[in-house]
Amino acid sequence: MDPVRRIADTDLDGPLETITLVSLADGRRGFSGYIASVDAHAPVPGGLAAHELERRLLEMGFVEGARIEILHEGFIGRDPICVKLDDMRVALRRRDARGVMVRPDAAQ
Amino acid sequence: MTPPDLATAVAAAAGGAPAAPIRAALVGNPNSGKTAMFNALTGSRQKVANYAGVTVERKEGHLIAPDGRRISILDLPGTYSLRARSPDEVVTRDAVLGRLAGETPPDVVVLIADATNLRLVMRLALELRDVGRPAVLALNMIDIATRQGLEIDATRLAIELSMPVVTTVATRKRGIDELVIQIEAQAANSATAPADTWTEPSAAALRALHREAERILKACVLPPRRPDTFTGKLDSVLLHPVAGIGVLLVVLFLMFQAVFAWAAPLMDLSNAGFEALGAVMGNLMPDGLLKSLITDGIIAGVGSVVVFLPQIVILFLFIILLEDFGYMARAAFLLDKIMGGAGLHGRAFIPLLSSFACAIPGIMATRVIDNKRDRLTTILVAPLMTCSARIPVYTLIISAFIPRQQVWGVLSLQGLIFFGLYAAGLISALVVAWLVRKVFWRGAAEPFLMELPAYKIPDPMNVARNVLQRAQIFLQRAGTIILSMMILIWFLCTFPGAPAGAVGPAIDYSFAGMIGHAIQPVLAPIGFNWQMSVALIPGMAAREVAVGALGTVYAVAGADTSVLGASLAHQWSLASALAFLAWYVFAPQCASTLGVVKRETNSWRWPIIMFCYMTGLAYVASLIVYQTAVAMGAG
Repeated sequence: MDPVRRIADTDLDGPLETITLVSLADGRRGFSGYIASVDAHAPVPGGLAAHELERRLLEMGFVEGARIEILHEGFIGRDPICVKLDDMRVALRRRDARGVMVRPDAAQ
Repeated sequence: MTPPDLATAVAAAAGGAPAAPIRAALVGNPNSGKTAMFNALTGSRQKVANYAGVTVERKEGHLIAPDGRRISILDLPGTYSLRARSPDEVVTRDAVLGRLAGETPPDVVVLIADATNLRLVMRLALELRDVGRPAVLALNMIDIATRQGLEIDATRLAIELSMPVVTTVATRKRGIDELVIQIEAQAANSATAPADTWTEPSAAALRALHREAERILKACVLPPRRPDTFTGKLDSVLLHPVAGIGVLLVVLFLMFQAVFAWAAPLMDLSNAGFEALGAVMGNLMPDGLLKSLITDGIIAGVGSVVVFLPQIVILFLFIILLEDFGYMARAAFLLDKIMGGAGLHGRAFIPLLSSFACAIPGIMATRVIDNKRDRLTTILVAPLMTCSARIPVYTLIISAFIPRQQVWGVLSLQGLIFFGLYAAGLISALVVAWLVRKVFWRGAAEPFLMELPAYKIPDPMNVARNVLQRAQIFLQRAGTIILSMMILIWFLCTFPGAPAGAVGPAIDYSFAGMIGHAIQPVLAPIGFNWQMSVALIPGMAAREVAVGALGTVYAVAGADTSVLGASLAHQWSLASALAFLAWYVFAPQCASTLGVVKRETNSWRWPIIMFCYMTGLAYVASLIVYQTAVAMGAG
């Protein structure tokens, strides 16, 4: 089992009903939930300004409350990812998805 | 008031006399069927040009409304938001806001929405509503929405958005009359539109717009009872890490085999036609300069270029079909990691694939890449992709020098070499891009953020129209640049004539001969004779000109003209032919490309860098190929 999944499981199985948010960048194929927050997050130093990436994500429909599920992963390094975002399909790179925080479905 | 009454009323309000033409602008998300709507509205009454001062393609057409009023339609580049992120989207924003220099502000903005995918366009509709200019919303592809059991309360939607809403099926021309009526009706409000006070929305404003859009959607749209499951099923194959790549390779390989094999009968037909024409003209005309100009210069030159039109049409047919089907975005997804590894944006795939047809639309298509460095990198490597202008050169050399035999029983050796040349261009482009990112620029690229549209069966009429448009553009190039170059080279090859009592062919004494002989020593180490050197000079106008040039050089020199290839096979060594192919993979043999790069980058710096690095690459590659081939006994 990969480290990201284990962290999520441990937190969700814990006795306290704490809501653990998982970054979309760390989700695997089949990962699903609702977007809890879209944060300003600079992907790499020298790249796009953080607030600009946030606005682009918002414009593409990555907005709080949206339903999200990872449908496909690229064949090299599982990157980029194709997500179902409400009723649309959107492709993006994991490093750009870092600021999209997801409240995973209970089963996960 | 019923719609026709409204139209009459509008006409009456305008004074009964022929009313002033209405200017409407089409706006919409990518993949909303905006181009199909433009075609449905304007038919063949279209004109493609550029916006003043920028290089964004400007498509305008017109139609005559039932009451005789002329409506001009401007097809603006697709966008998700008025907050423009690329030069194309800047044009859309400025045109909508009436800020675009040299353009009359549109009277009506027509927002084209994919009725099955309203979420993002709803926010754009709200942005347009807040701008306050007269607007109409067209819920396009309403047939697909109905089939999915999607219910839209258009009346309520019109109230929420404060703009009339019509339902349309652009590909079947359904709802177009109603749309035209609403455009006319809204145009009457154009004079009272509020002043432009638009400012870029903040993240908070975007969230607020999203919430508003969400509320309107909940109020007006019932989700589909039979949602599209086809796209999801197909994606599980086409985006599969292994199967998806396999399909992509098959599609690309099929494309090249088709370009080479399917076009052959048509090319033979065209060849025969031009030869017959040349023979007829030759018989009709008395010997002399004019006959030489027409048969050797014009018919032989242009004929040997036009003959490759079938290949260009097939290639564009593939590109447009894949685009309309929705596969292009999937291919970009599959290739993003490879492209990203080379320092390119996943979206660079589209300009680079267009460059397979011609580097000029490819370089222009780099405008879909927002980041300047990503764009420049893509521009620099785009001419390395095998453009269709190389096809005539490759075809000529391959069919003359590579035997028509099968490899492993199924693949043609000629097709395989052809594929290899494509691969060489592609791989070198990736390597150069990687080097550019490593040497010139370090740092992050643009985010790769792309909608994967639902798969759609391409509409044959739209595909045909777009393919014909591209073919027309190619022929216009052939008809202008190439024809004038053919006459120029005929002149260079004919004057000055050979002195009395001269030995050897007349062309030895012409300007072309002088130039060819002058640069030949530099090109000797890569196996080029002086005829090849001559062909490179007019070949600067466009790569395919080299074929016509070789034809003219050898025709004028008195060699067998019936089959240029046979003549070349007779006069060139295999090593020289292979070196010539290698040269054409890399050399910047296209002045138009350099001109477009100058225009796109607004500086001579980039075309000069491009010319130098490509010439260097071509020389080194040809040198290696020629010397290796000679060492192996093909000299």
